[in-house]
Amino acid sequence: MDDLRTRTAPGSRRLGGPTGDDHLDISTAPTDTAEDIAPLGVPHRSRSGSGAFRDRAAQVRYWIVLGALLVLAAGFALGLLAIDNPMPVGSRGFWLIAEMRATSLVVMGVAAFCQAVATIAFQTVTSNRIITPSIMGFESLYTVIQTGAVYFLGVAGVVALQGTGQFLLQVALMVALSVALYGWLLRGKYANLQVMLLIGIILGGGLGSVSSFMQRLLTPSEFDVLTARLFGSVTNASVEYLPYAIPLCLVAGVLVWLNARTLNVISLGRDVCLNVGVDHGRQTIYTLVLVSVLMAVSTALIGPMTFFGFLVATLTYQLAGTHDHRRLLPVGVLIGFVVLAGAYFVMNHVFYAQGVVSIIIELVGGTVFLVVIMRKGRL
Amino acid sequence: MISIDAVRKQYSETVEIGPVTLDIPSGGVTALVGPNGAGKSTLLTMVGRLLGIDEGAIEVAGYDIASTASKDLAKILSVLRQENHFITRLTVRQLVGFGRFPYSKGRLTPLDEQKISEAIDFLHLDELESRYLDELSGGQRQRAYVAMVLAQDTEYVLLDEPLNNLDMRHSVQMMGRLRDAARELGRTIVVVLHDINFAAHYADHIVAMKNGGVVEAGPVAEIMDGAVLSRVFDTPVQVIEGPTGPLAVYF
Repeated sequence: MDDLRTRTAPGSRRLGGPTGDDHLDISTAPTDTAEDIAPLGVPHRSRSGSGAFRDRAAQVRYWIVLGALLVLAAGFALGLLAIDNPMPVGSRGFWLIAEMRATSLVVMGVAAFCQAVATIAFQTVTSNRIITPSIMGFESLYTVIQTGAVYFLGVAGVVALQGTGQFLLQVALMVALSVALYGWLLRGKYANLQVMLLIGIILGGGLGSVSSFMQRLLTPSEFDVLTARLFGSVTNASVEYLPYAIPLCLVAGVLVWLNARTLNVISLGRDVCLNVGVDHGRQTIYTLVLVSVLMAVSTALIGPMTFFGFLVATLTYQLAGTHDHRRLLPVGVLIGFVVLAGAYFVMNHVFYAQGVVSIIIELVGGTVFLVVIMRKGRL
Repeated sequence: MISIDAVRKQYSETVEIGPVTLDIPSGGVTALVGPNGAGKSTLLTMVGRLLGIDEGAIEVAGYDIASTASKDLAKILSVLRQENHFITRLTVRQLVGFGRFPYSKGRLTPLDEQKISEAIDFLHLDELESRYLDELSGGQRQRAYVAMVLAQDTEYVLLDEPLNNLDMRHSVQMMGRLRDAARELGRTIVVVLHDINFAAHYADHIVAMKNGGVVEAGPVAEIMDGAVLSRVFDTPVQVIEGPTGPLAVYF
């Protein structure tokens, strides 16, 4: 990108050339001000960006991507609200139907927000771009908690815990369990990617087996209650949780956002963090707590989506073209919404196959996961 | 001054570092040398608080590194490890910008920008500042990392084998810049070096380690002695007077 620079003294300093008279006298006194640049004799020219973007072109590209995503998101949202609405546009019936459909749009928004923010933050604190909270078994944890509740408390106990109290209790349980588990796993001497991935998959599988074992021992009626709970999709989300889910995920999301500048440092790894005075261990646990809140909300609302977060995060890194989390997170949330709403739109209005949306997302996400691993050739 | 007081780190029953007691004077370049496994990097990372110590105490400029807040230490002491892998794609300038985090907390001011430019220019990276790190050669990347810790503007700079993977030309340039940083910018630079001749030429003080302990420490002239070096490295070493100073010959 040399053409973007305006050098007034081209070649005045060659790399590795004799240092001779272009010798710099740099003072480190704290009284230095910007005016001191001039007497240094550095050829005055515009420097490349030290902030979120390499140069203006990258910045422009970012805003174009963001704009395009906004348009796409609005388009799919409108399409889902209005297309195939049997009532004439503008009539009372039209708005009633649109309002009912709007609920599932809100659910999609919450799920996209949770999954995107959680996955990007998780990948940053674990210093990898392969594993995600879902792949690490966060969602199997949900299944175990649900099954365990029915198994140990029975239908009567479960009914007593039904509703928002149960939802909040479950979120709290997931947060506590995942922080204990992953805080220990991701920070100890086993904190190496291959081992973590292996442990994550074994944990996911193991927790799944524990759940199926407990499910075998349930009475048919208890099993029926449980299945109704484990079944989740955007169109079948428990709407009564929304008043709690939205504030919860907003608070967690805002806290992640406020910590975005620190997350930028965390993405450089433990050593750089400690060097610049960021308490890596505390920040990791703090972020993992927020991640598990987001994952718990998403899973409790729409059920497990193993590769959705991975798909969203990978697309975000490709499209955003920056390392700055303050720019990555909004793009991630929008991509999540566009993927979800787009998949529903295409399935509902192009293929008329409503039920398979999550399967399609998983298929695409899983394929991207494989392609990324194959292309990188390593983890 | 960096004062290391009876510091010990136990890895297992048979592998341990220390107890090490050592004072590293302020100013100039101090080289840590010694055979493989002597504990040079371990000692450096303990001083840089990247690795906890089991016993003893380390003070940097009068601040105990265990009890001083890490964010305050980050303005006094910077440390760079040998291996650096980042998951994010950064340009040289963005990377160097992270060196300003202790001051700016991520919001770069004009003063920060100036310090970043100075560090980049100091290591002759100005032509490369908008390149991504993965587009650089090993030597250029190493310079970018060093620029990051110089931008941190700390009195004490600890570098773990900064010449690793650098060829002769880049090694000479790197050590030259580090010596300049010590002299012109008044930094105290502590480097782990493998080549005793680089230490002899560019350092002001040499600390020789062996089997987890410090065996010799002093000005270059004192350490550059055939008998001393033979003892440290367990290899016959002769010191001859070269055209630019003493040279260790070991084959």
